[in-house]
Amino acid sequence: MDSQTVKPMLVSLSNAYWKSGDGISDQFPVGLRVLVVDDDTTCLKILDSMLKKCGYEVTQKSDAESALDLLRKNKNGYDIVISDVHMPDMDGFKLLEHIGHEMDLPVIMMSADDSKDVVLKGVNHGACDYLIKPISIEALMNIWQHVVRKRKQELKEKDFEGSGISEDGEQQQKSPENFDYSSSANEANYKNLKKRKDEEDEEERDDTSTLKKPRVVWSTDLHQQFVNAVHQLGIEKAVPKKILELMNVPGLTRENVASHLQKFRLYLKRASQHQSGHNNAFMGPQEASFGPISSINGLNLHALTTTGQIPAQSLAIFQAAALGRPTTTSVPIVDQRNIFSFGTPKLTSGDDQQQPNNNIEQMNLFHRIPSSMEPKQLATLNPFAQSSGGMNMQVDSPAQMGQPQRMTQVFHDINGGSHVSCLASSVGQPNLLQVIPSGVHGPSYSSVSQPSTPPGDSFTLMSNSGLSTLTSKGMLQEEVNSEMKGSRGFVSNYVVCGGLGNSPNTIQLVNSSLADNALRIKNERLADMDFQNNPFPGQFSEEDLISALLKQPEDFGLVENEFNFDGYHPNNLPL
Amino acid sequence: MERNLHKQLGNMKKSLFDQGYLDEQFIQLEELQDEANPNFVEEVVTLYYRDSARLIQNIEQTLENNPLDFAKLDNYMHQFKGSSCSIGAKKLKNECTQFREHCKTGNGDGCKRTFQQLKKEYAALKKKLEHYFQVP
Repeated sequence: MDSQTVKPMLVSLSNAYWKSGDGISDQFPVGLRVLVVDDDTTCLKILDSMLKKCGYEVTQKSDAESALDLLRKNKNGYDIVISDVHMPDMDGFKLLEHIGHEMDLPVIMMSADDSKDVVLKGVNHGACDYLIKPISIEALMNIWQHVVRKRKQELKEKDFEGSGISEDGEQQQKSPENFDYSSSANEANYKNLKKRKDEEDEEERDDTSTLKKPRVVWSTDLHQQFVNAVHQLGIEKAVPKKILELMNVPGLTRENVASHLQKFRLYLKRASQHQSGHNNAFMGPQEASFGPISSINGLNLHALTTTGQIPAQSLAIFQAAALGRPTTTSVPIVDQRNIFSFGTPKLTSGDDQQQPNNNIEQMNLFHRIPSSMEPKQLATLNPFAQSSGGMNMQVDSPAQMGQPQRMTQVFHDINGGSHVSCLASSVGQPNLLQVIPSGVHGPSYSSVSQPSTPPGDSFTLMSNSGLSTLTSKGMLQEEVNSEMKGSRGFVSNYVVCGGLGNSPNTIQLVNSSLADNALRIKNERLADMDFQNNPFPGQFSEEDLISALLKQPEDFGLVENEFNFDGYHPNNLPL
Repeated sequence: MERNLHKQLGNMKKSLFDQGYLDEQFIQLEELQDEANPNFVEEVVTLYYRDSARLIQNIEQTLENNPLDFAKLDNYMHQFKGSSCSIGAKKLKNECTQFREHCKTGNGDGCKRTFQQLKKEYAALKKKLEHYFQVP
């Protein structure tokens, strides 16, 4: 049992986060206040001992009614509840619902029953976790994460909700790694946010029911489904009800979809507002007739996250690009470029370790780098690729690149022939991103540096950005495989790296520091880029992609002001 | 002298594990035992036997009904399983699972047979553990 070693790490998290009325624990998560409910006294005793060993404060109740009673009398007295499923006086799920409804505490269910439908029931009723008996102390050591997660989600939702996400609010959403729990400023902010959240809670509810629904976590997969559905319907016609039907996810309500759609639209809108005229001379011949980008799935943020190779900026850029802008919005390509520039500053802010690179502007993701753009450094571009077994590294320096760069180009055979090359530059250097998917319909075009056009129908995207983040092959292989959908349009615009073997449309960004949903969502979005609707034929979806990427889903913020780059922080990107 | 006792204890424990009476959950319990809780494992086991005795009785009575109320039996057995696995009683846990399978298929005879087996294991484990705790 390493509770002794666990403690010191946890102590650093401050009480600010735990503020719930009077009881501020200084040594979070030590002192986490747990309520355990189980009719089995043997289990209760064991859990009590284990939780205490973890440093938590434990209260035991052997029946649901008295537990509920206790919670009602002492609303802020507990941080988390652990409850058995089968209890004589009240079903555990019912208790779960009550607690979610009345107190909104995270609830962990437990049972000796490990059958899938019971676990699913737990999920559907809003349990934040489900433990199978016998419960080990290791399982209990980490329960504090649910409390933190819940608070974070609350802050995010609140921050994201509605129109004006203020700077303040967004500041709050800085990547979790940098969230300074112990600063009093944060504490104040947290309080503010909490207050706003409380006020906005009303607005957030789409439905009229009083029952508070368990929060839906929009995982990558879920978001992917959502995006697919929206794509299928067409952004104009995408109404929550139809989206819900298409998604066909049990337990998802129309309200969940509606709220998510609202956020999605908001981001798209905001992204498009960031565009300024940036002329992009790229891809002339590019046809906008690429198929649905669904295959952009490749942007497998998860995988990327694990390998931790994607610099934040790259990720952002990719994501924006991948998102591929909704078909209805006509976003000038040029404009979309600017999104990058917005993005970078934020990304690199606070980035001590990486070279100030911000110029996302420079990030000519997809094609000839317009001369107007100076090669800028993208921070934290990791030379990616080495981990990809199948990738060839080529260093290709475009003429414009004045700086020595470490560029790696990865050519990956996709679908028996397409090449994807990703250029990754070392931090701070402009990077050429080259994507040469074959089998992609559409003209190929060369990047700024005029690389030779890829054979056949492949096209090359060159980009200055250090979007190198092609993830390590091994890691992403599976995901790439599963995610590649062979849609043409997207792929061409993206750097597809790592594990490509299946379809040209996978882009994988790795960013270990990218924490969470933001990335996942972005990933989804990328996949859903729909090139067909590119209003600028010939201007290839790269712009779309870029803008798409930049269109952050709820918790993804590229631009400092506008977007909330939650989830990862350049500082944390592994270099 | 003390070494002998320790060795004895060690041997007993090993045999309990080897024979499949206990599993690693039991070790989790032992790790919870410390100076503040010197007899933790014994206390837990005592508590278990006390509570489960009632359950065993209930099951026995329910098995005498005709027709058998499988839902009720399953319910009892689920509780019993929860307790048993919490103390690391491996064999018992398996018997519980088997019993529940019989309940699902409505196999009354299977239930009764399994239950007899279960009672035996239950008593055997109790003895072994008592012995185990008696070693100072």
